[in-house]
Amino acid sequence: MAYEETKTVKYEAVIGLEVHAQMLTNTKIFCGCSTRFGSEPNTQTCPVCIGMPGVLPVLNKKALEFAIRSGLATNCKISNYSRFARKNYFYPDLPKGYQISQYELPICEHGFIEIVIDGEIKRIGITRIHMEEDAGKNIHEGAGNYSFVDLNRTGVPLMEIVSEADIRSPKEAAEYMKKLRTILRYLGVCDGNMEQGSLRCDANVSIRPIGQKELGTRAEVKNINSFKFVEKALEYEIKRQVKVIEEGGKIIQETRLWDSDRGITESMRGKEEAHDYRYFPEPDLVPITVEQKWIDEIKSSLPELPDIKRERFVSEFGLPEYDADLLTSEKSTAEWFEKAVKRGGDPKLVCNWIKGEIMRLLNTDGKTMDECPLKPYHLVFILNLMRDTKINANAAKIVLEDMYKNPATIYGYANLELPVFEVEAEAHVEKIIKEKGLVQVSDEGAIEKAVDEIIAKNPKEVERYKAGDEKLLGFFVGQVMKAMKGKANPQMLNEILKKKLS
Amino acid sequence: MELYRLNISEARKLLDKKEVSAKELLDSIYRRIDAVEDKVKAYVTLSKEKAYEMADASQGKISSGEASSLSGIPLAIKDNMCTKGIRTTCSSKILENFIPPYESTVTSKLGEQGYVLSGKTNLDEFAMGSSTENSGFFTTKNPWDLERIPGGSSGGSAAAVAADECIAALGSDTGGSIRQPASLCGVVGLKPTYGRVSRFGLVAFASSLDQIGTITKNVRDSAILMNIISGKDPLDSTSASVVVPDFTKNLGREIKGLKIGIPREYFIEGMDKEIEAAVKTSIRQLESLGAIPVEISLPHSEYAVATYYVLATSEASSNLARYDGVKYGFRASALGGGKDLLDMYMNTRAQGFGAEVKRRIMLGTFTLSSGYYDAYYKKGQQARTLIKQDFETAFKQVDVIVTPTSPTAAFKIGEKTSDPLQMYLSDIFTISVNLAGVPGISIPCGFTSNNLPVGLQIIGKHFDEETILKVSYAYEQATEWHMRRPKL
Repeated sequence: MAYEETKTVKYEAVIGLEVHAQMLTNTKIFCGCSTRFGSEPNTQTCPVCIGMPGVLPVLNKKALEFAIRSGLATNCKISNYSRFARKNYFYPDLPKGYQISQYELPICEHGFIEIVIDGEIKRIGITRIHMEEDAGKNIHEGAGNYSFVDLNRTGVPLMEIVSEADIRSPKEAAEYMKKLRTILRYLGVCDGNMEQGSLRCDANVSIRPIGQKELGTRAEVKNINSFKFVEKALEYEIKRQVKVIEEGGKIIQETRLWDSDRGITESMRGKEEAHDYRYFPEPDLVPITVEQKWIDEIKSSLPELPDIKRERFVSEFGLPEYDADLLTSEKSTAEWFEKAVKRGGDPKLVCNWIKGEIMRLLNTDGKTMDECPLKPYHLVFILNLMRDTKINANAAKIVLEDMYKNPATIYGYANLELPVFEVEAEAHVEKIIKEKGLVQVSDEGAIEKAVDEIIAKNPKEVERYKAGDEKLLGFFVGQVMKAMKGKANPQMLNEILKKKLS
Repeated sequence: MELYRLNISEARKLLDKKEVSAKELLDSIYRRIDAVEDKVKAYVTLSKEKAYEMADASQGKISSGEASSLSGIPLAIKDNMCTKGIRTTCSSKILENFIPPYESTVTSKLGEQGYVLSGKTNLDEFAMGSSTENSGFFTTKNPWDLERIPGGSSGGSAAAVAADECIAALGSDTGGSIRQPASLCGVVGLKPTYGRVSRFGLVAFASSLDQIGTITKNVRDSAILMNIISGKDPLDSTSASVVVPDFTKNLGREIKGLKIGIPREYFIEGMDKEIEAAVKTSIRQLESLGAIPVEISLPHSEYAVATYYVLATSEASSNLARYDGVKYGFRASALGGGKDLLDMYMNTRAQGFGAEVKRRIMLGTFTLSSGYYDAYYKKGQQARTLIKQDFETAFKQVDVIVTPTSPTAAFKIGEKTSDPLQMYLSDIFTISVNLAGVPGISIPCGFTSNNLPVGLQIIGKHFDEETILKVSYAYEQATEWHMRRPKL
């Protein structure tokens, strides 16, 4: 259990998250306008999404399907009867003067997701998931004495995913966010990009002395607009609340804004200034009735979800829990892995190469697995060359990097059938190996010669080894490899060394 | 006979036989408008240029033998239905210069049938009122007595039809806004079942109650227009996927054995004697045609006005939030003379809306406020359910329900403007129909001693406009009230 400790009292935090996820539909939730990001202002608008007189919303069925998918993947109950409501407030980026949202009867309720904290599985309840439309954007920069309004984003479909107040620490909150993001990305309903605003998080935070049942007064923290700030903002807010109480003060119910530059939360408005949104059922949209048959269809079309995939990776491929978790945290990585295994790659080796070289290359470029220029069969091909002792690990890394950096040569045969690929790729790899002088030396005489030289140079180490210090074998391997510029066939080297030293 | 006197069927015949051209018919309408519009003031905008283009196009179709049901027929449209390229004001200063870049579904459908838009008619601002006195521009006069109101909110459309300033018109009805002015102007006004006609392009007042309907010189014309404007619209998810019959099919069928319900709550102590007499005579007339009057009860009628003013104003307070000076329509200069965004909002809305609209926005904002929602909005919804159930129960016993349309004939301009509650009671007989979502029609059924028209309301089951049209037609055939025209 996580807590903040002071001299006298141990506190625990009680946190609930409200996550807004932009759905990856092609068109807006109530009209046919495109949802593309980054277009010229007000080029993706129509009379419906800019709230002209007399126009009416019509629900995008894809948005409903995405919400149901998300609900099913988070163990929610899908409502057969739900409805939209109007949330009324004035703001220039809200052209109708109300946001169409859901209030009393959301589409999904009573779900949960599981996170792993200190090796233990913890269940975080999902209170509800509801659909709503996004607002536009006010632009103040470069507008002189005016402000501009861009309504391209107005009407982009959102899901609001509300958790129960089951979260007890900033770490849990971050794990919850990660897991939620993974699930949404698996489902293909949200790209999960917090920096671009397609995933946003508000947090309700309160603290209470450990053991106390009654909840403390909560503050709502808004504007947590990056993954790395989830923990930071919450840590700050919890410390702030503890300090207030320790100093004899009282927490007031308010909305606070996270300021990432200064690393603090600041009061935005108090309870008295809280909006009265005057929710009421949206009369322009008929209640949503969802047939069980459709829910079942959506359910059967769900992809294998991360938790299940992780367990399968452990049992099927014998991977450690940690590695399985890492591979399954992104669907694209998991798929890449499985394709490589299907092509004959050894699961553990494939996993190690993904974790190591491939992730290193991708991270350097700021790329994700979706954008990886290497295909699974490239790795398998290289692994096969190693298995057949045509190249050693060092050379393999260099070849892999060369293939990664010269995707043109790879794309040249990427779409061809395997036999052609192997012939050409082999030729290509051989060329690289030759160019870079990476050909493995499997000439017994050459290796023996090098071994003899090293043994002669290091009589003390030889004596220690013979006296039983077998760890020194690594030292000799290293020395010979160094002398042979890493080209020695490692298996042969080992055998020759052992023979000569015994 | 002057061409402007024609109804739709008569005009259709003359146009098809090529005895009259679309241009001649339109000329006649505009001559009539030139002659009487100064007195009646039915129109906010005359769309003359567009009208002649439309008439020309229609004439082409007629000449080549491809005429549609409305080819060349001039109709007036209430100015709360959007017409692409033609200013649509809702008789509000806040939309005084608003030109929609889109067309309402109803006018699109009329357009496909070749209608000619004579102009946009006056209404109470945003359809909130019963007299057109709440128009942001001017008050329309009742063609039967220019010192009296035409009813509202579709007062412009009803007056234009009564004064022969168009062949027929469309109105909208949220609490009686088609039937009450039709009654007061001596014409036929039909409010269809909620969901029968698409609301796309109708500027919303109260979304769950608003419905577009017809104002015509006789019952057949109403059926003809209903055939065109009805049906499911993909742009309006509240429009119903219910089969649209040929509404003219049953006209002329007898009504023998048909049970007509007479709700006792609608004939109360102290009601206007002349209205009561006209309506009771009409009921006897229907009886003589073979209908069987049955006394029924609609026990929750007394709650209708209160329920309506809670629910309609709640929806209106939200529907009218979009008129904020930001995107289109009126904006009080720069920041509205104020210092910030809030000032701009407040000044724009204070200057742009009239008193009644502001009153209703305030009422609706109040009834939706936290702490009051349960006492007002929620209670209102519960009362609405009871009123709906009253009709369901009644319609197990009877085929239609007959009532007066309005408690009084047309009243004097200014008579009720200082007393909103009195004004609200003008709709006491029509409001329940909107709350229940059922169809209702008002047809001329007599005149007062002051020569003011009286209307008979016939209410039908959900999606059973056919029966109320059949009964209305039978009544119309047996009487001559609808033939009378005001002297202007």
